[in-house]
Amino acid sequence: MTDKTGTMLYLDGVSVAFDGFKAINHLSIIVYPAEMLAIIGPNGAGKTTMMDIITGKTRPDDGQVLFDGRTDLTRLDEAAIANLGIGRKFQKPTVFESHTIWDNIEMALKKPRGVFSTLFYAASTADNARISEILETVRLLDRKHELAADLSHGQKQWLEIGMLLAQDPKLLLVDEPVAGMTDAETVETAKLLRDIAKTRSVVVVEHDMSFVRELGSRVTCLAEGAVLAEGTLDQVSANPVVIERYLGR
Amino acid sequence: MITQALFRALDKKAIWIVAILLVVAIAVPLSNLMLPDGHPLRLPNYAVPLFGKYLTFAMLALALDLVWGYCGILSLGHGAFFAIGGYAMGMYLMRQIGTRGVYANPILPDFMVFLNWKELPWYWYGMDNFWIAMLMVVLVPGLLAFVFGFLAFRSRVTGVYLSIITQAMTYALLLAFFRNDMGFGGNNGLTDFKDILGQSISAPTTRAALFAASAIALALAVLACSMIVNSKLGKVMVAVRDAESRTRFLGYRVEYVKLFAFVVSAVIAGIAGALYVPQVGIINPSEFDPANSIEVVIWTAVGGRGTIVGPIIGGILVNVGKSYFTGAFPEYWLFALGALFVVVTLFMPKGIVGLIGQYHRATTKREQHERTDSAEAEAGIEPTNQPKPAE
Ligand SMILES: Nc1ncnc2c1ncn2[C@@H]1O[C@H](COP(=O)(O)OP(=O)(O)OP(=O)(O)O)[C@@H](O)[C@H]1O
Ligand SMILES: [Mg+2]
Repeated sequence: MTDKTGTMLYLDGVSVAFDGFKAINHLSIIVYPAEMLAIIGPNGAGKTTMMDIITGKTRPDDGQVLFDGRTDLTRLDEAAIANLGIGRKFQKPTVFESHTIWDNIEMALKKPRGVFSTLFYAASTADNARISEILETVRLLDRKHELAADLSHGQKQWLEIGMLLAQDPKLLLVDEPVAGMTDAETVETAKLLRDIAKTRSVVVVEHDMSFVRELGSRVTCLAEGAVLAEGTLDQVSANPVVIERYLGR
Repeated sequence: MITQALFRALDKKAIWIVAILLVVAIAVPLSNLMLPDGHPLRLPNYAVPLFGKYLTFAMLALALDLVWGYCGILSLGHGAFFAIGGYAMGMYLMRQIGTRGVYANPILPDFMVFLNWKELPWYWYGMDNFWIAMLMVVLVPGLLAFVFGFLAFRSRVTGVYLSIITQAMTYALLLAFFRNDMGFGGNNGLTDFKDILGQSISAPTTRAALFAASAIALALAVLACSMIVNSKLGKVMVAVRDAESRTRFLGYRVEYVKLFAFVVSAVIAGIAGALYVPQVGIINPSEFDPANSIEVVIWTAVGGRGTIVGPIIGGILVNVGKSYFTGAFPEYWLFALGALFVVVTLFMPKGIVGLIGQYHRATTKREQHERTDSAEAEAGIEPTNQPKPAE
């Protein structure tokens, strides 16, 4: 892995240890523009930790993390990274429960984030139209005035996906998006993510194999903080090491 | 843009509070000054500055609520900003005494003459000018909050640790202001005021004017806070309160959001302190006592945090209670205050306002239910959709 030009996300030799325990161990991953990458792997493989590193929550001990082929993410904090155009959906859906569904999207909408521009912000017609459109996409438009706290687990997932869309990021990191969703909702989510990946880079972490198959993307299997296998889903799931360490269990 | 923001801030509740405060600002002085002695509706002279004091406490509680109720910053040092605003006003009032002091020194306040000082310390210069003093009322608490907040929020000091360092801040100021060589009158503080803006400070008209000024200042603070909390920034503040880290991942600089709330709040507290001092006639270091700041938290909790009207109700009611208690059974006041705090924390986490809201919702829900129940009974259907229990 040497050619960084033309990459959207470039991780090379990244390691991080928590109290001596190597959660990420020499991890190297590349994602190109308008490409989707699905990441699978057993519990504790380091999938969420990898996202923590990319979004500035955790500092790696070692290795290179580049965005857009040039911006070193290890030097930036969470807000700066988010403003570069990296959006994240958390494994445990985190929405702002005491706000309405509409307000959750409005806060996420890509707009100047400064204190005073936020204080004097007045939604334009275009902004309102965009928020409605996003809520339509995630099927929450008719509940826009309800509090986010009143949503089911699956609906919170969708609201968070809606917030991701509102941020209009170049790179989306989506951690276990279909937990708590019905089969029909899972299929819908896969379709939505495929649509998004036509124009942006998307990294999806998921355990649900039928969902990963729906995504139809390149697959990377992580284990113990490093890449175990890469390729199509069929190639990866036929890999004897993957079967032994992950699928077979 | 700004007018739009203001317009949005004028939600119904804020308009009501402002309207009530303006009525009070007119009615109380009128009743005291215009009605003849012995009239049943006439407020006695002593009541005017007392009620004015309650209003400044309400304003202090509102200031705390902006940071605590809306932004999740539990400051246990807000009394410091109030006291600093009070000292700035006190310095102006001291310089108005002039040759009427015991030592009749035209420049130096009595305590400086007593300490054998020959010259006015530099930070007393200009404080004989009302407008410069008022500028300091706003500037000094704002600047202290800015520096303190910048350091604390940038280093991501939160929760209990932040509360502790705010206590440490006000305690350090308490000790500093006790010292005679600070030049603020040591443990006696600043007192024996004579005039404000050329008017005798104890004249009924001056007291009525100070009362009106307190009510109007509180109304303006309500407008400002309402504008802030109803703006998108206000929503982000609540987001910071509920899920600070998530807010960062949306790209908001949490430290600046907090800093903004903290500075605005400190300025409001400073103005409240400046209005407090001429009405009680003294400012001394005990205003920096950490226990005072904790009391403000109790007022806010009792009234209902995270609302505009809650801290105002709490600030007034608890202090009316305090006036009564310290008169009737002085030794029990602290026990009563402690018990109040425990009861509120255990049984009414949203304070008085929350209780009213709950009652209101319960009755409207019952009415709705009765209506749908009877409709269903007529149609011969079993009621099925029970309301979901609150999580
Ligand atoms: N901040 C932290 N401090 C200590 N240990 C941590 C920390 N974050 C993660 N770990 C550990 O690192 C390992 C990798 O965790 P991670 O959450 O990245 O796994 P994952 O692949 O997302 O698993 P899952 O599929 O269960 O979500 C785990 O053993 C976890 O306990
Ligand atoms: Mg995980």
